[in-house]
Amino acid sequence: MSGQLTITQLEKKANEVRQDIIRMLEAAGSGHSAGPLGLADIVTALYFNIMNIDPAKPDWAERDMFFLSNGHTVPVQYAVMAERGYFDVSELTTLRKFGSRLQGHPERTKLPGLENTSGPLGSGLSQAAGYAYTLQYIDDVKHRWVYVVTGDGELNEGNIWEAAMFAGKYKLSQLIVYIDRNNIQIDGSTDDVMPLEDLRGKWESFGWHVQEIDGHNVDSVIDAASMARAISNKPSIIIAHTIPGKGVDFMEYDYKWHGVPPNKEQAKEALKKLRTLDGKITSGDIE
Amino acid sequence: MHYSLNPDIYSESVKLEPIRAGFGRGLKAAGEANENIVALCADLTDSTQMSLFKAEFPNRFVEIGVAEQNLVTVASGMARAGKIPFTSSYAAFSPGRNWEQIRTTIALNDMPVKIIGSHAGISVGPDGATHQMLEDIALMRVLPNMIVLAPGDSIEAEKATKAIAENGKPSYMRLARDKTPIFSTEESPFEIGKAYVLKEGHDVTLLGTGAMTAQLLLAAELLEEMNVHAEVVHVPTIKPLDEDVILESVRKTGRVITAEEAQVAGGFGGAIAELLGEKLPTPLHRIGMQDRYGESGEPAELMTYFKLDGAAIAERTQRFISDVPRYHQGF
Repeated sequence: MSGQLTITQLEKKANEVRQDIIRMLEAAGSGHSAGPLGLADIVTALYFNIMNIDPAKPDWAERDMFFLSNGHTVPVQYAVMAERGYFDVSELTTLRKFGSRLQGHPERTKLPGLENTSGPLGSGLSQAAGYAYTLQYIDDVKHRWVYVVTGDGELNEGNIWEAAMFAGKYKLSQLIVYIDRNNIQIDGSTDDVMPLEDLRGKWESFGWHVQEIDGHNVDSVIDAASMARAISNKPSIIIAHTIPGKGVDFMEYDYKWHGVPPNKEQAKEALKKLRTLDGKITSGDIE
Repeated sequence: MHYSLNPDIYSESVKLEPIRAGFGRGLKAAGEANENIVALCADLTDSTQMSLFKAEFPNRFVEIGVAEQNLVTVASGMARAGKIPFTSSYAAFSPGRNWEQIRTTIALNDMPVKIIGSHAGISVGPDGATHQMLEDIALMRVLPNMIVLAPGDSIEAEKATKAIAENGKPSYMRLARDKTPIFSTEESPFEIGKAYVLKEGHDVTLLGTGAMTAQLLLAAELLEEMNVHAEVVHVPTIKPLDEDVILESVRKTGRVITAEEAQVAGGFGGAIAELLGEKLPTPLHRIGMQDRYGESGEPAELMTYFKLDGAAIAERTQRFISDVPRYHQGF
C-alpha cells in the first residue's frame, strides 16, 4: 500500500510539506522550525515510498511502524500524515491549540496513526527496539519493518546508548534508524554542546550497520532503506546529513531557529521562498 | 464480607515467606494462562523471582542488562506490539531511576506494562539506604492511568500478579525482600481496588498496606489486652483506593492510623490523608518513614528501631487514642 511517487513527485511533496510546516507553526505561535523543515525529505520518503502502510487503516496489522523519537519535530510527521491521507490537511493549523489532536509533542492516544508518545528525548529508539524484538524473536514475523527518526542532539541521552547495546546484542535486523544529523541543538552546535564524533564508529562498535547519506536526496533516502532491509544480521543506522531549516534560506544552518516559529512576516517570506524554490521559478509557474 | 485469615497469624510458628516469591509463582501461572505475557529483567532475574517464568518460557523472557531506562521503554514497545510485559528490578532503580520513561512511554501512552519494584522498604536490611526504596509509592500514585499495588503477603502477591496480568492497564506492584508472615489464605479474596476488613473493632481504624498489615494484626492483638478494640483494614490497592470500605470503617471508629514501610509524605499515609481531608476529616496518625532515609542493619532490627513492628504500633496507637478524642465530622 505504498504511495510510490516518482522522485520528482516526492521532491514536490516534500516542498508542500515544508509549506504546511510553516503555516502550522505560524498559526501555532510556538514550536520548532529547523528540525521539521530539515526532516521533510526523509519523512515524506518514508510515508510515500518506503513504508508499507494504509492511511485508511492506521492499525492495519501488517503495517510497517514509524517511531518518532525526537518528538519536538512532530510538525513534519503531522504534515506528512495529512498529505498522505490520514486526516484532512485543514486540521494541520490546529497544531498546539486547545482541543487539537495535534498535540505539541506527539501523543499516541490522541491521533490514530501515531505509534508512540514522545517528547522527552532518548526513549523512542528503545520503544522501536522493543517492537522489533517482538517481531523477530516472539512473533516470528519477518516481513514488517520498524523505522525510527532520532535527532542528533538526542544522542546525548543515556537511554539511547542502552538501546544501542540492546539492539546490537539481539541483532535486531528489522530496526532501521535515521539520525537527523543537522549539527544543531538548543544551546548551539552539537560540537559545542556535546561532541558526537566519531558517530559512525560509535554505532559500528555497538554492532550496527551504518550508512551515511545526504538527507535531502530522496533517492538516497530510499536506497539507504533498501540497503538496510537487505542487512539481515544487524540493526541499521542511517546517518542522514541534513540542513536545519532546509528550504528557507534565513533559517538554514541557524541554531536559533531550533525552537521558535516564524512570525507572520517571516512565514510569508518563507512560503514565498518555498513556492519559488528560492527564486529559481516565478510564482506564475506554480500558482 | 468475611475475610479468610490464616489462623496461625498470631502464633510464633506462622509461616514466613518473601512476598516476591508469590510474584514468581503468579507470573509463571499468568504466563501459562496467556501466551502474550512476556517478562523483562535488568540483571536481577533470580532475586526478583522472574527465574521461574524464564525457565518455563525462555523465548518470552528478555534480558535487558543493568539498564532500567531501557527496561521500561523496550517494554512499552513490546506492549505496542500486543504483548503484556512484566518488568522487574529493585524498586530503587525501577521506578527510582526511570520514572520519566514510565511517565511518558507507559502512563501517558497508556500501555499495559507492569512495573514490579522488588526489595522495597527498609526491610531490605544490610544493603542500606541506597537500596531501601521508600519513595516509590509517592512516585507512582501521582501518575494518571497507573494502578498501584502493595500486596500484603506472598499468597496475595500471587493473586495480584495474575490480576494485573489481565487488567489492561499500566500497573505498579511493590514487593519486599525479607520473609514476612502469611496472614491470608488461598481462599481470601483479592480484587484490584478493594480493601478488606481483617479484624473488626470500634475504637480505632488501623489501615495497612504491604507487609505492614501483618504488623497491624499483631498490634491489634496487643491492643485487645489493653482493652482497645482496633479495626484492621488491609489496603493492598493504594490506587485506586477503596474509599467505601475505608470511609465506612472510619465513620465507625473516628480515629485512624496508617502504616507503611515507605515515606508517609506522598505515600500510603499521604493518600489516606488526602481522602480523609476531603471526605471525612478525622484525627490521623501516619506510621512509616518520617522524612528520612533508612540505614544498614538486620530487617527486624530496623523495623524495631523505626518503630514499625507490632509492639511499637500498639504502643503508639494507645497513646494516640488517649491523646486524641474520637471525632466524627462527615460532610
